[in-house]
Amino acid sequence: MSAEPGLLSARLALGWLIGGEWRFQPARFLTTAIAIAVGVALGFAVHLVNGSALASFDGAVRGVSGAAELSVRATSPLGVDERLYPRVAGAAGVLDASPMVRLDARIGGAKLTLLGLDVLRAGSVTPSLVGITPRGPDTGNDTVFDEASLFLSRTALAQAHAAVGDRVTVTANGRAVIFHVAGTLPGADAAAALGVVDIAAAQWRFGRLGRIDRIDLRLSDRQAAEASLARLLPADAVLSSEAARGAQGSALSRAYRVNLDMLALVALLTGGFLVYSAQSLAVARRQRTFALLRTLGLSRSGVISAVMVEGVTIGIVGALAGLAGGYGLAWAALHWFGGDLGAGYFGMATTRVVFQPVAAASFFALGLSAAVLGSAIPARAAARAAPAAALKNVGDVLDPRRPALWWPAAVLLAAGAAAALLPAVSGLPLFGFLGMALMLAGGVAGVPWFARTMLRPLAKRTVGSVPSQLAVRHLYGAPAEAATALCGIVASTALMIAMATMVSSFRGAVDTWLGQVLGADLYLRTDAGASFDPATRARLAGTAGVGHLAFSRQLPLTIAADRPPVSLIARPERDGRDPLLVLIERAPTMPTKALPVWVSEPAQRLYGWEPGETITLPLAGGTRFMVAGVWRDYGRQAGAVLVDEADYQRLTGDDGRDEISVMLLPGNEAGAVGKAMAVQLPADLRRHVEITQPATLRHMALTLFDRSFAVTYLLEAVAILVGLAGVAATMSAQTIAREREFGMLRHLGLTRGQLSAMLATEGALVGMTGAVAGIGLGLILAQVLIHVINPQSFNWTMTTQVPVGTLLGVAAALTGAAAATAVLAGRRATAKDAVQSVREDW
Amino acid sequence: MRRTLLPGGLAAIAVAAPAVTPYPVVRPGMALAFPADHGAHPAFRTEWWYVTGWLRTEAGEDLGFQVTFFRTRPSLDGRNPSRFAATQVLFAHAALSDPSTRRLRHGERAAREGFGLAAARTGDADIRIRDWRLRRAPDGHWATRVAASDFTLALDFQPTQPPLPQGAGGYSRKGPRPEQASYYYSVPHLRVSGQVRRDGRDVAVTGEAWLDREWSSDYLAPEAQGWDWTGLNFDDGSALMAFRIRRKGGGTLWAGGSLRHPSGTISTLGSRDVAFRPLATWRSSATGAVYPVSQEVSVRVDGRIMRWRLTPMFAAQELDARRSGLPVYWEGAVRTTGGRGYLELTGYDQALRM
Repeated sequence: MSAEPGLLSARLALGWLIGGEWRFQPARFLTTAIAIAVGVALGFAVHLVNGSALASFDGAVRGVSGAAELSVRATSPLGVDERLYPRVAGAAGVLDASPMVRLDARIGGAKLTLLGLDVLRAGSVTPSLVGITPRGPDTGNDTVFDEASLFLSRTALAQAHAAVGDRVTVTANGRAVIFHVAGTLPGADAAAALGVVDIAAAQWRFGRLGRIDRIDLRLSDRQAAEASLARLLPADAVLSSEAARGAQGSALSRAYRVNLDMLALVALLTGGFLVYSAQSLAVARRQRTFALLRTLGLSRSGVISAVMVEGVTIGIVGALAGLAGGYGLAWAALHWFGGDLGAGYFGMATTRVVFQPVAAASFFALGLSAAVLGSAIPARAAARAAPAAALKNVGDVLDPRRPALWWPAAVLLAAGAAAALLPAVSGLPLFGFLGMALMLAGGVAGVPWFARTMLRPLAKRTVGSVPSQLAVRHLYGAPAEAATALCGIVASTALMIAMATMVSSFRGAVDTWLGQVLGADLYLRTDAGASFDPATRARLAGTAGVGHLAFSRQLPLTIAADRPPVSLIARPERDGRDPLLVLIERAPTMPTKALPVWVSEPAQRLYGWEPGETITLPLAGGTRFMVAGVWRDYGRQAGAVLVDEADYQRLTGDDGRDEISVMLLPGNEAGAVGKAMAVQLPADLRRHVEITQPATLRHMALTLFDRSFAVTYLLEAVAILVGLAGVAATMSAQTIAREREFGMLRHLGLTRGQLSAMLATEGALVGMTGAVAGIGLGLILAQVLIHVINPQSFNWTMTTQVPVGTLLGVAAALTGAAAATAVLAGRRATAKDAVQSVREDW
Repeated sequence: MRRTLLPGGLAAIAVAAPAVTPYPVVRPGMALAFPADHGAHPAFRTEWWYVTGWLRTEAGEDLGFQVTFFRTRPSLDGRNPSRFAATQVLFAHAALSDPSTRRLRHGERAAREGFGLAAARTGDADIRIRDWRLRRAPDGHWATRVAASDFTLALDFQPTQPPLPQGAGGYSRKGPRPEQASYYYSVPHLRVSGQVRRDGRDVAVTGEAWLDREWSSDYLAPEAQGWDWTGLNFDDGSALMAFRIRRKGGGTLWAGGSLRHPSGTISTLGSRDVAFRPLATWRSSATGAVYPVSQEVSVRVDGRIMRWRLTPMFAAQELDARRSGLPVYWEGAVRTTGGRGYLELTGYDQALRM
């Protein structure tokens, strides 16, 4: 190294400086490193959980689909005419075709997917779905075409508590059939609960004659096959590839996952702000030291690197700790809450943590850059200070007479607002999040201006106690110091308030909506595909105490192969519009001949169906409907369409109904009528009917809602804690740095009690300013969440409901915490003898 | 006689529930009627159309081939109205023995009858599984077209002799009980012409083939392990069919055959008139089964013993179709003095159930 001796000794001094700082201020380093660690840990954990859940979900989807390259799938559980099969089998590019009946079934309490297939075709197209019988001396009775044979995957066998050779009752499509467990499906995905029977048996025994649900294909020429099949498929069948099925599976949860990722990143951003606060204070405190080093020959870049080295160290330590913590968190979350973190997206899948090296590297880099960026600005400030002035002056580098700039904040806020108005990118509100980040930066940048503007009237006042006047003047006169302390608080408070406001608006909207849609007195619904046949329905209508019954049918209906199916609901709607249907838009006039369909708000947004428009639904070979209105629905994220029951029955011939809403005659009690109705049900149906009252349903729905937002609440709580920790750290650091000032004030006659009162007032003022700024910014950010991110992610809208209680609580907590930490830190700073404190000055 | 080779599972259906489906019993005294008996007999449990033969390319290269269509009627609840009900199931095998590579190329098809994708016609022969087909034209010639992944056969078979009823006028005993039997006739000396495609190259071929037609409801006795069968076309126009059904644990359970002389007279061979003597064995490295691929066949005709040594075109003519649910067996082109034909060896991997 060919450095001058002066520079070398300056470097040595730098080493001492950083080392000394580590030794004497370990808590400062630790708290900032923890801020980074928490951000990285949350982000990494959320990402790991999502990735693991998705992987196992994909596995489950593949397990049931048997990994056929391409499949023809019916758009609804009503299936498609089986005569499509020979046409598909004979299409150009198709080598072999395996027709299949697919049913949701159960054996006792165990749910499984029941496939009816032709073992000869499946053996060639999807061998993993073909069962074999264990070979042994006593098993001469295996029967591949036998209509009573059932093959179960290992998971299904375990869940049904059955063994090979047992006789089990399989319930599907409302029918119970006894099968003989003839063997297992050794090739099937271990996690999939799957049963396989002969296709003819499935059609006959489960009432699906003439219908098939799926045709798996083996291809000789994929392009030719796609072209020829596109021409011959009817409207109630779609061509679906494995990629499309994966997309379909992940589409529902994708927005949810991205939102969680974004929230976690926001936590990281808050960590960055905290690093900035802490480093700024550390730099301010050591201004004279840096100035001394500068006069000893250390260059500006030397000062910058000193601060940057600290930042990098904090970043590395924090990010590494964060990765470890994140992995642990992910494991714990999967272990206790499951892969969807309680949101119910990945129902059946059991999940293991899948380590993702790329994600780990990215989150490490993000944590490091947050720390480095948080240090860069203070480092530049430290290097810029003129050494001579800084040596004399330990005060604020910002001249209080110079007005704080407001326009950078305004520009950032405006840019954020503009970004938020941009449309979604492939179904994800990326610009919305960008807008939020810009607005957050704008809000933080505006804090000095805001603090001074807020304090100005107070500072001009000449009445009040000495301590309070001193406190106000101090803050007004040293705005930069206050601003640094504030920016971390403002950032974390704003994000927390935004989330809280969005969630409370959403919950309020769901609650109101539930009150509107759950208008009946009693609900009956079936499971396992059971349905109320016309005879049963007539008997139920005659039950004593029953005023009016509305029967409905609900089926998944695939509109596009790569999107999750919408819910098709058929219920009496045409004459005497259902008061329970909350329309938010309606078509002006409807031609009497047109078939009306009412689409839910998510369906409208997903498929662009506007009132008055004519759309084709893949029902009964494709039927044209006119959109009569748009209804509010928070229940079905993938969208729903509602058609009249009579139209539905005429089109499909399906006379089964799976849900009943009951209006009672006045003076009847719901519980008693429910019991009376249960008696009217056929014995085998009774087990598959659930009778519930609206209050129960509402409670269940809200519980589900709260569970799906559990992670959000958790992230919120962490943000609050990080914010409060930031307040405590900055307040105490600032207070301790002002030891000489306190000595001076004691000389001037202030009592220690008055000093404490001054510090309490200062702390409270800082906390309150931060709270007001943070809440204001948070409410703005909440608007982005409510009106941009939510509609773009989940396709539903809502009105803002401000959680006043939470806002007041947060403001009080921040003010109190800031005041309390200031007083506690002040005790230490004022404990020394006043004379000694002042003598430190020279 | 012939053969075979239904998937183990399939065969077992009948074993498991013979009472459900009333299969017709094979009895002596039925007269064969053509062309109706060329077509399918769907009431019976199993039936096959089995063509084996020797081909010669224009370059003078010898090839062996087999094309087989099976029909089976599983024992099912006949009330199932589903169009998918497996009331009739069709299988097909094709194999090409290529001495230049000394290996067997083979392919298979299987389907339940219906939807126009697979069908076995009654009244005359026309059996189809997707793109594979074997049929008899009204002018009496037979034609097949089968395409496997690595070879394609498009062959015409012109009869040069009338059908040869086996056993007692077509009633062929297979075991100690009279109902353990099949209806059985052969058409030897079919003149072959057509195309063989290997590795994308077509060659024109001519040759001589043998058609076996057999249908039954109760083919193998429970104590049977498998069988050895041969069908030989002799250069003088005579033809020999001989089989023996091997007993589990060793020995012969039943045997039979027929020799049609150049004059057209037929000597029917009883169970004591036929003997098979292994001369050389070959062990399959794929399955571990040991096959007597070279045998001496002895028959007693009018008190006189006649012997033929059968030598395989090459040893590795085992057909392992277990992946598609079918059994393992050896079906190979063989030469003998003054003639050529096919030798079939079943039940060497494990016992067959039919």
